[in-house]
Amino acid sequence: MIKTLMKSIREYKLPSILTIIFIMGEVIIEVIIPFITANLVNDIKYQAPIESVLITGLWLVALALISLCCGGIAAITCAKASAGFAKNLRGDMYENIQKYSFSNIDKFSSTSLVTRLTTDVTNVQMSYMMVIRTAIRSPMMFIFSIIMAYTMGGALATTFVVVVPVLVFGLFMIARKAMPAFRRVFKKYDKLNESIEENVRGMRVVKGFSREEFEKQKFSSASDDICRDFTKAERIVALNTPIMQFCMYFNTVGILLLGAFLVITTGGTKVDVGQISAMLTYGMQILMSLMMLSMIYVMITISLESMKRICEVLEEKPSLENPENPVTEVKDGSIVFQNVSFKYSKKAKRNALENVNFNIESGMTVGVIGGTGSSKSSLVQLIPRLYDVTEGAVLVGGVDVREYDIESLRNSVAMVLQKNQLFSGTIKENLRWGNENATDEEIKYVCKLSQADEFIETFPDGYDTYIEQGGTNVSGGQKQRLCIARALLKNPKILILDDSTSAVDTKTDAFIRKGFREFIPETTKIIIAQRIASVEDADLIIVMDNGKISAMGSHKELISSSDIYRDVYEQQRNGGEENE
Amino acid sequence: MSKPNVPMGRSAMAGRPRPKFNGNTLKRVLKMLFESYPVLMPITIACIIFSAIVNTLPAIFNQQIIELIEEWYVSRDWASAKLEIMPRIITLAVLYVISLISFFTHTQLMAYITQGFLSKARKKMFSGMQNLPIKYFDTNKHGDIMSHYTNDIDTLRQLVSQAIPAVLQAGLIVISVFFIMLWYSAWMTLVVIGGILLLTFVTKTVGGGSAKYFIRQQKSMGKAEGFIQEMMNGQKVIKVFCHEKNSINDFNEINNALYEDSKKAHSYANLLGPINMNIGNIIYVIIATVGGLFLLSEGFTNISLSKAVGREVVFGISVVIPFLNMTRQFTGNVNQVSQQINSVVMGLAGAERILNLMDAEPEADDGYVSLVNALIDENGNITETDKRTGKWAWKHPHQADGTVTYTELKGDVRLFDVDFSYDEEKMVLHNIDVYAEPGQKVAFVGATGAGKTTITNLINRFYDIADGKIRYDGININKIKKSDLRRSLGIVLQETNLFTGTVMENIRYGRLDATDEECIEAARLSGADDFISRLPDGYNTELTNNGSNLSQGQRQLIAIARAAVADPPVMILDEATSSIDTRTEAIVQKGMDRLMQGRTVFVIAHRLSTVKNSDVIMVLEKGRIIERGNHNSLIEQKGKYYQLYTGAFELE
Repeated sequence: MIKTLMKSIREYKLPSILTIIFIMGEVIIEVIIPFITANLVNDIKYQAPIESVLITGLWLVALALISLCCGGIAAITCAKASAGFAKNLRGDMYENIQKYSFSNIDKFSSTSLVTRLTTDVTNVQMSYMMVIRTAIRSPMMFIFSIIMAYTMGGALATTFVVVVPVLVFGLFMIARKAMPAFRRVFKKYDKLNESIEENVRGMRVVKGFSREEFEKQKFSSASDDICRDFTKAERIVALNTPIMQFCMYFNTVGILLLGAFLVITTGGTKVDVGQISAMLTYGMQILMSLMMLSMIYVMITISLESMKRICEVLEEKPSLENPENPVTEVKDGSIVFQNVSFKYSKKAKRNALENVNFNIESGMTVGVIGGTGSSKSSLVQLIPRLYDVTEGAVLVGGVDVREYDIESLRNSVAMVLQKNQLFSGTIKENLRWGNENATDEEIKYVCKLSQADEFIETFPDGYDTYIEQGGTNVSGGQKQRLCIARALLKNPKILILDDSTSAVDTKTDAFIRKGFREFIPETTKIIIAQRIASVEDADLIIVMDNGKISAMGSHKELISSSDIYRDVYEQQRNGGEENE
Repeated sequence: MSKPNVPMGRSAMAGRPRPKFNGNTLKRVLKMLFESYPVLMPITIACIIFSAIVNTLPAIFNQQIIELIEEWYVSRDWASAKLEIMPRIITLAVLYVISLISFFTHTQLMAYITQGFLSKARKKMFSGMQNLPIKYFDTNKHGDIMSHYTNDIDTLRQLVSQAIPAVLQAGLIVISVFFIMLWYSAWMTLVVIGGILLLTFVTKTVGGGSAKYFIRQQKSMGKAEGFIQEMMNGQKVIKVFCHEKNSINDFNEINNALYEDSKKAHSYANLLGPINMNIGNIIYVIIATVGGLFLLSEGFTNISLSKAVGREVVFGISVVIPFLNMTRQFTGNVNQVSQQINSVVMGLAGAERILNLMDAEPEADDGYVSLVNALIDENGNITETDKRTGKWAWKHPHQADGTVTYTELKGDVRLFDVDFSYDEEKMVLHNIDVYAEPGQKVAFVGATGAGKTTITNLINRFYDIADGKIRYDGININKIKKSDLRRSLGIVLQETNLFTGTVMENIRYGRLDATDEECIEAARLSGADDFISRLPDGYNTELTNNGSNLSQGQRQLIAIARAAVADPPVMILDEATSSIDTRTEAIVQKGMDRLMQGRTVFVIAHRLSTVKNSDVIMVLEKGRIIERGNHNSLIEQKGKYYQLYTGAFELE
C-alpha cells in the first residue's frame, strides 16, 4: 500500500530529502544549544570578564540564527513536499478514474470518490508532513539528546534509564488502548451524523407524521451512547499528560538528588553545577521527543484508513482495454447481436441480458420498449462497448466491438444516456463536447434538428447562456434536447437515445423524430422510450422483458403478437398521453 | 454525504469571515457548563488553578537546591549538606506529587465533562431543531444545518476541553511568573517584556500570512471539490464523449492552484515553530547578557517588588540565574496563550452558531382542538375513549363556557379565498378556493412553480396562510393542534425519504403501534409487498442511506405503505407515483384506488393518467386556479387541460 502511494511523490522527493537534511541540522544545533547555555550560565556565575559572556552570547545568537534558517527552510520545503505529494496523489487518482470503464465506475459511488479525492488526500498530506518533519526529528532528537546527556552528564544520565522505559511503555499502552476505542466511537459518530442528516432531509416526513418526540428520544439515546464511549476513550487519552508529567518530575528530582550527591562528594570534579542544568534541559528534550513520537503513531494510524481508500482508487484496473492493432474505422451503422448474454459483475446471480439475438441494418430506426428493470439500457450500452458482453458478441459495422479502438468506436456511436448531464459552462461549450471544432453554424444546425434552437433563442444570451452546475437553470425537457444536440454534433453512424425525450412533449418529440428521418437517414437510430408514440413509426420495435427479447417487429405486428406491447399500448391510449 | 469529519476546526472554519470575540457567548457557554456540572466544574477549575500555581514553585526550589550545591561542594561534606538539601528536595517531591494528583484529576474530569456537555448540547440542539418550522429547513441549506452538528460541535469540543483550560492555566502561569520576576528585578522584567513584544509581533505577522493562505486554500479546496463532484457525477457522460483528456487538463489547472495555496498556507504555519523557539533562545541570550552587564556595572541600582515591600532580594547571581529559567517559562506560556486565544475565538464562533440554532424560534402552535379516539353510537352521539376504535373525533373545548364538544372526523377540507406568499413580497397563491368533501379525490395539475405543493403545505400547516380561511370538518385549522392535524393527514411526497432501519420499521413509522401483520397488510394494499418479499431479507432488509439499495419506484411504494399504515382520513399524494413506470403504476393503481377509497385525497401529478379519474381537477397557473372540473368537462372546455391531454403542451 505504502509503495503505491510513494509512487506519487515523484518530483517532490528532493524537497522531502531537503526537509530531512535541514531538520537534522536544526536538531543538531538544538542539541548543542543547551551545552552553550550551560557555559553562559557558568560565565555569569563565575564572574567571567564581560567579553567572554558576550562571545558566548554571540555564539548562542549565531546558533539560534542558523537553527532558525534550517528550521525555516525545512518548514518551506516540507510544505512544498507534502502539498506536492497531495497534488500528485489527486492527479494520479483523477487520471486513473478517467480510465475507468462503466463497470469500474459502478463500483464506486460518486460521493465516495469525492471524499477520496479531497478529505482522504488532505489526511495523507498532513501525515506526510508530520512524517518528514517530526518522525525524523523526534528519534534524532531522542538519540542526540541521549548521547549528549551521557557524554556530559555521565552518571547523572542513569535517571533516563528509569524514566524512558516508563514513558515509552505508558504512551504505547495508551495509544494501543485508545485507538480502537476512538475508531469505534468515530464510526458511531458518523452514523449519528448520518441519521441527523437523514432527519433534516426528511423533516417533512417527520413533521407530517408528528414524529418529533419519537425522533428526539431516538436521538437522545444514540447521543448518550456515544457520550459514554467517547468519555471512555477520552479518559484513556487524558492519561497522557499525567504520565508525561510524572516522568518529568521524577527526572528532575532524580537529577537534582543525584547531582547534589555527586557534586558535593566529589567536590565538583566529576560533575559540575552547569551540567545539572544542562541535564535538566536534555531530560525535557528526550521526553518531549517521545511524546511527539506517540502523537505521530496515532496520526499515522488515523490516516491509514484514508490511505487504504486512496489505494483502492489507484489500484483499480480499468476493466476494458484497447485491443492490440485496433480497427479505427467504423464502416457503417449496422448492428448485430449474436447470442449475447451479459451480467454486470461476475458475482451477479442473474444475467441482465439472456441470449439476445438481432440484426439491425445501417440507417434503420429501432424502438426499444419494456418496463423498468427489463434491461433496455443494458442492451444498448453494449453497442458503444461501455460494458463487455459476458457471452456472445456484438458487431458494429460488421466488426466485433472488442476489436475497435474504443475512442473511434465511441465517436461513431453517440449515446444520450438516461441519466444525462450538462456541465457548468455556456450552452455552446456544452455542445462542443460532441465536437470541439464545431462551427456556430453546425451547432445551430443540430439544435434545430433536436428542436432546441427555438428555446435557446428565447434566452437573452442565446447560445452563450451559462448552464449552472447540474443544469438546474434549464427545464428537464430542454436539458434532454440539449443532450440530443450534443450527441448529434458527433455526426455519428449510430445514435442511441436512452429514454431521452421523456420530458419532451409529444408534439416536439414527433418533430425530433421527423428531423432524424429527413436529415440523418444514414444514421442508425435506436430509441428507448416509455411512450409507445415515440416508437410507433420505427422500422423495428424490440420489446424487452426481464432481460430477454419478448417480441420483435413493427407496431402493427406487435399489436397482434405481443401481449405486453398491446397492454402498454391500451393502457396509454386509455389513460391519455402520459406527460411527465 | 458520509464525509468523515475534519478533525480540527481550522480548515472548516477558514472559509468563514474571521470571527470576533464574543463575551456574551463565552458567558453563556460557561453558565451552561456550570449549570450542568455544579460540583465537578468548580473542582476542575480549582485543580487547574492549583496545578498552575504549583507549577511555578519548583523553579524556585530548583534554584535554591543548586545554590546549596554550590555552597557545599567545596567542602565535600555530604553529611552536613544533606541536612539542608534533602528537606528542599522532599518539599519539591511533595509539590510534584500534589501537582500530579491535581493534573490527573482535572484531565480526567475534563474528559468526562466535555463529552457530557457536548452530548447535552447536541441533544438540546436536536430537540430544538425538531420544533422548528418547516420554513427553517426550506430556507437553510442542509449542509449548513449539518455543520452545526459536525464542525461547530468539534470547535466547541476544542474550546471546552482544550482552549479554555489551557488559557486559564497558561494565563495563570504568565501572571505568577510575571510577579515573581518583578519580585526580583523590574529592570530585567522590562527586558523580558520587550523581548515578548518582539516575539508577538513576528508571530502575528507570520500567523496572519498563514491565516490568509488557509482561507485561500479553503476556497480552492471548495472549488476543486465542486469540480470533482460535477465530474464524478458526469463520469459516464465523459466516457461516452471520450472527453477524458480535456477533463484531466481542466482538473490539473484547479489542482495546481490548490497546490500553490496549500503550500503557502503550510509554509507559514510551519515557520511558526522554529521562529518561536529561536526567538526564545535569543531572548534568553539577551537576558543573560543584560544580567551579566548589570552584575558588572558598579552604578546599577535594582528596582524590584521585594524592595518596594521592604524585603529586598539583593541583585546578584542568585537573581540572574532563576531569571533565565523564568524567561523560558514566560515566553513558552505567552506563546501558549496567544495560540489558544485563536481557538477560543473560533470555538466561540462555533458556540454562537450552536446557540443560535438552540435559540431559533420554535414552530408556534396555538391549537387547542385535539384528536381523540371516539365511540359513536347509532344516534351519532360521540364519546371519547382510550382505545383505538378506527373512529376519530375532534375534541373542542370552549373557553367561554368551559364545555367540550366532539365533532366526528370526516375529512371535509375547504379552502376559502386563500392567499399566500413565502417571503411576504411575491404572492404565490391568489384567491384559492378548494372544496373537498369526505371521500372525494381532488387533483392539482400545473407547471412546476404553479403552487400545487404550496396548497398542500398550507393544509397541513407547514406554512400559515396570509389571507383567507381553511376549515377542516368545519373547524378553523388554526385552532387544531398541529400534531393532531398532521396525524389526520397522510402525506406521500415525490422526494421519498426513508430512514435507516429495516423495511418494516420504515413502514411502521406511519403508526408506531402497528403490528407486523398490519404493516404487511398496508404494504400489500399499496402494492409494495410483492417486491419487498423478494428482497434478500424480506421485511427485515436493512435500508441505509435513504434506501439507496432500492430503486426510486420501490422507495415510493414503501412511502405509500407507510402512509397506508397510518390509515388517515385525508391523504395528500404529491407526485407519489412519478417514478413508477406506467406498467407498474397500472398494477399499483389498483392498490392505490383501494387505499384512496373512503378517504379525501389530494393528488398532485404530472401524469394525467394518474389524475384522470378524480372528482375535481384544478389546473393551476402562476398561483391561480384557471380551470376546474372533472376530466370530461375539462376536455370539453378545450382549454389548458385539453392541450396538456393532447400533448400539445409540455409541463415543467
